[in-house]
Amino acid sequence: MMCTVCGCGEGETRIEGHEHEHGHAHSHDHDHDHSHEHLDYGQGPARAHAPGMSQARMVQIEQDILGKNDEYADANRRRFAERGMLVLNMVSSPGSGKTTLLTATLDALKNEIPLSVIEGDQQTLNDAERIRATGVPALQINTGKGCHLDAHQVGHALDHLAPVERSILFIENVGNLVCPAAFDLGEAHKIAILSVTEGEDKPIKYPDMFAAADLMLLSKIDLLPHLDFDLDRCIDYARRVNSGIQVLAVSARSGEGMENWLQWLRLEHQSRLLGHASSTTRDTPRQEIA
Amino acid sequence: MHEMSLCEGLLQVLETEAQKQGFQRVKQIWLEVGELAGVEIDALRFSFDVVIRGSLAEQARLNIERPPGKAWCMHCSTTVTVRQRFDACPDCGSYQLQVTSGDQMKIKELEVE
Repeated sequence: MMCTVCGCGEGETRIEGHEHEHGHAHSHDHDHDHSHEHLDYGQGPARAHAPGMSQARMVQIEQDILGKNDEYADANRRRFAERGMLVLNMVSSPGSGKTTLLTATLDALKNEIPLSVIEGDQQTLNDAERIRATGVPALQINTGKGCHLDAHQVGHALDHLAPVERSILFIENVGNLVCPAAFDLGEAHKIAILSVTEGEDKPIKYPDMFAAADLMLLSKIDLLPHLDFDLDRCIDYARRVNSGIQVLAVSARSGEGMENWLQWLRLEHQSRLLGHASSTTRDTPRQEIA
Repeated sequence: MHEMSLCEGLLQVLETEAQKQGFQRVKQIWLEVGELAGVEIDALRFSFDVVIRGSLAEQARLNIERPPGKAWCMHCSTTVTVRQRFDACPDCGSYQLQVTSGDQMKIKELEVE
């Protein structure tokens, strides 16, 4: 049998951990068996219940567990489309330089495109204050114990922030490479920021996030000469998880690669304006498709 | 840690369905949580026990199916089974795989009264 992981020892360890989880989950299942409360019904399909004995019945629902979040996300997405907005969900580990990269980006684009920011952190208003210092409107969501932003919170933040039409809204998610992957906020793209001071194997350590992202920004590349970070290897790992992921390498400090990133933003922003009602010419009035 | 949010999401769906389909109690729940869904089953069960307290699903039995990850291998033009998102194709070793299933988190069926 061929090795199904990347070949490094760490990959092997993860598989063992994975299998351990499974064994564990099963035994846990037994520990929490509530069959004593269900003696009348047994383990078999409840459809077999004798009528009159109980009113229990089976209901097929086939719904996503996060169906509620997805409904809120769809509502957000409709709102963004109606307003011709580009909305980006920025995800990373804590300390990847997300806020620094964001403030540099805002400074570069704020005179060109209307911008706003939603900041997600468990506590403090620090990041929103750093953003507001650039002159760009920002709103902080403190999730308390929550490890991610959800679409409902973002919907409420929109009511307060009231971003203008044809703008770019950056949502800086809680620093966490695990949970935010599962929660659609209604964004156009998830952007995963990975700093070169982290391990180059993060894309395979946290594959769900890199699978969910459309763009990977490798940040702090001005530090590369001082590190053993293998850029190509990191990109290769990201493509194993997501063969379509786009990659840009940037440094907010030296400015290297920033022009590519800004150009990416301009092009994405332009594409959102295509077909947006108020951007069509006046002599061809068209009913907006709601 | 988002297993708690998943359980809250699950409970919201149950409450909505209870109104729509007219039931008062949920006795059993069948979930399908793919092996690539990034969900820790232990944590999910733990959170479930906490979240359902005092709800219509109090003491409900949670059954979890774990369908394996499936991916389309572009080289072999066939569907293969993968354990992780970064797995190579078990037949040809290529990483040109597109995950096609196994990342779902679905509520399949309920036993209610």
